[in-house]
Formats: sequence, C-alpha cells, structure tokens
Amino acid sequence: MSIFNKRQEEAPPAPRPAAAPPSNFIEPKKEATPLSSTPFKTPEQPPDSTRGQASIGKAVKINGQIYSKEDLYVDGDVEGTIELQEHRLTVGPNGKVHSSVKAREVVVLGNIQGNVDASDKLEIRKDARLVGDIKTARIIIEDGAYFKGSIDIVKPEPAKSAASSAPRPQSVAAPAAANAQGAAAVAEVKR
Amino acid sequence: MLRRPGDAVSPGAGVIAPVNHSSAPTLFDKEVVSSRASRGLEQFFAYHRGQVGLSILDFAGASQQNINFITNLGHRLYSEDFVRTLDDIFGNANPNDQANQGLIDQFLRQTLNFEPEQFDGVLVWDVLQYLTPALLAPTLDKLCTIVRPHGYLLAYFHSDEKARHVPFYSFRIKDQQNLLLAQRGTRKPAQIFNNRSLEKLFQKFDSVKFFLTREQLREVIVRR
Repeated sequence: MSIFNKRQEEAPPAPRPAAAPPSNFIEPKKEATPLSSTPFKTPEQPPDSTRGQASIGKAVKINGQIYSKEDLYVDGDVEGTIELQEHRLTVGPNGKVHSSVKAREVVVLGNIQGNVDASDKLEIRKDARLVGDIKTARIIIEDGAYFKGSIDIVKPEPAKSAASSAPRPQSVAAPAAANAQGAAAVAEVKR
Repeated sequence: MLRRPGDAVSPGAGVIAPVNHSSAPTLFDKEVVSSRASRGLEQFFAYHRGQVGLSILDFAGASQQNINFITNLGHRLYSEDFVRTLDDIFGNANPNDQANQGLIDQFLRQTLNFEPEQFDGVLVWDVLQYLTPALLAPTLDKLCTIVRPHGYLLAYFHSDEKARHVPFYSFRIKDQQNLLLAQRGTRKPAQIFNNRSLEKLFQKFDSVKFFLTREQLREVIVRR
C-alpha cells in the first residue's frame, strides 16, 4: 500500500485539457444519402446507439403516437402514427406497423399497413410488405416485395434561398400546410 | 364451401399451374427475363402523350421499372398484384370456386375497390385469361366503371388454343416500345380468346383494337 502511495506522490497525473478529445475518438458522422437508385444494403440489425437512433424491439407493442427527433428502428408492433420529421424510419423484418408514417427516409423490411410520406426516399426491400398510399421523392422497390396502393412522386421543395428570392404569394394568410401542398402540386405538374 | 386464403388445397387439382407466392423470392431468383417489342404498349402511352398527372392502374404488381417509367411521365401509379390476390382468395385448387359469389365479392373489394372513373388508363396485362366466365364478367363490369370515359385498357391474351399451360409473366416496362417479360412459371388459362370472343368480351366498351404479334400473344387496346 505504501508503494502505491509513494508512486502517486512522485508522479501526479498531469491535468487533461478539457477540450482535447482522446486520440482514438472518432466523431460520429451522419450517413450520406446515396444518389444512386440502385438498391443497396443498409444495416438490417438493430441500430448502433452511437448514431442517435432509437429502437423498438420485436417483443414490444406500442399503441399510440410516436414523435421522434432521431432515427427510429421498429422491429415490434406499432399501431397509431409515426412522425420523424427529418429522420429515418427503418421497419425491421419483424416489424409490423399499422399506422401512417411520416419521415425523411423510410426503409421497409417488414410490414407497413398505412400511408407513407417519405420526403426524401422510400425503400421497400425484398420480402417486405406495404399496403397504403405513398408520397415520396424517390422510391426503390426490390423484386419480391409486395406493394399495394398508389405512388405519388413529389419533388422536394426548392431551397430556402430560392424561396426567399421568389415573389411573395398573394394570399399571405394562407395556411402553411396549404402552401406546402401547392408546392408539391407544382412540382408534379412540371415533371 | 368458402375457402379462406391460406387454407390447404389439394395439389394439382385446379386451373392454375404451380405458382407459389409464398416462395416468391425464389421464383424471382429463377425467373427468366426476356425483352419484347409491344405495339400495344406504344399505342397505350401514345394516347396519353403530352398529358401529366394521370392516374394509371397497373395489375402487374409493383416493380421498379414500371414505377420509374410511369412516374417519370408525371403520372400517379396505382399498383395491384392482381394474380397474387386471385391466388390468395381462390387458391389454386377448384376452378368452380371462381363462381362463389362471396369470394367474387371479396376479390372485387380487394382488387378493384376504387372510385368510379378514377383511372385514365389500366395496364391489365394478361390477367383476364386466368378468370373463369363467372369471375370475368363482374371484373369487367367493375373495370368499366373505374375507368373514365375515353380511358384505355391494355390487355394481352395468349392465342394458342391448344396450349394447356401458358408462360406466366411479370410485365415490366423497359421503354415506351419495349417490355421486359420476367417469366414466373406457367399457368393454365381459364379461357382462350379469339378476336371475335374478345370483341364480345369488351362489348360494353367503346372500341377494341388488336395488334398482331409474331408470338402467340394478342395485344388489345380497349377504349372506354
């Protein structure tokens, strides 16, 4: 015991600078969205918690509304609504979602029964099943997937800078939701 | 007796050759894909040229090619895997089941439950030849109601009257004139049609136009 005490006295640990990260620290990066329409493999296992992704396991059943500000992996049963705004929803191979879904990106390996609004991209993998109406900018469907419903391809809204230089709408009192729908409709017509 | 989807059926007893959708991925792995020019397809989309925002119903089930082609034209696509639903509801055993009114109603609810005059065009492909007369008549009646006046159907019929089984394809649009035919096995058609019987079949519609092909496949464009 005295030996340890002596060592501590002789060589006190130098204070670590608070701001300096450890040498092996890797800053988590957001996964870049692939531009190719070719199907690619995303992780089919439960998410890595360091990426800020919540998970609903296959033994979990949720009845109600889910609103998340991070990516979500659902491998259980969900009945209600799921809204992830700017994030990704992955329905795992055991996942059963009976609800409307709104997210930036939706990847389906399991089962969704409900309308899907994926502002950026929707992927329906082999053996997945989706029954509902789809509204998205891009869709990837693998052979062997089952889909029943309608598909509306809606181009993403233009960048804010373009929007700010555009002339102001005549009816400034119009609700925001109505404006968003109008933008989508224009994008459709221009295709 | 009513049979529910998934009930056991006696093998080899029915109209439809073995197409097991529960093993669809395997079938897709083994499928043979060939390319084929289609005057009917070309004409179908020529009728809709210059228009956007149309509603097109596709009976082939969802495929990347059809989704890309139709949505790139600016149309809204409705996808329905007609034959899969047919098998789910009627199974593949007894052709007489296609005369069961309860099952017919269920089938029509699942496949054609749309608003009147909702569609500008329907890609029917070759599915009608797998329906017995009892099921075909109400299906066509329903089709007639969900297509708007001057809307079009594109349908294919095998013309070999001696064939017991015909190739069963998944139709994928390669471009405006060409199709990719992914063969997913063979099926026994419930009926074989000639030009005269096709005219009679679509008598409720405005006009029927036939396209001759080198293969034993009739292409038909029907105008509502």
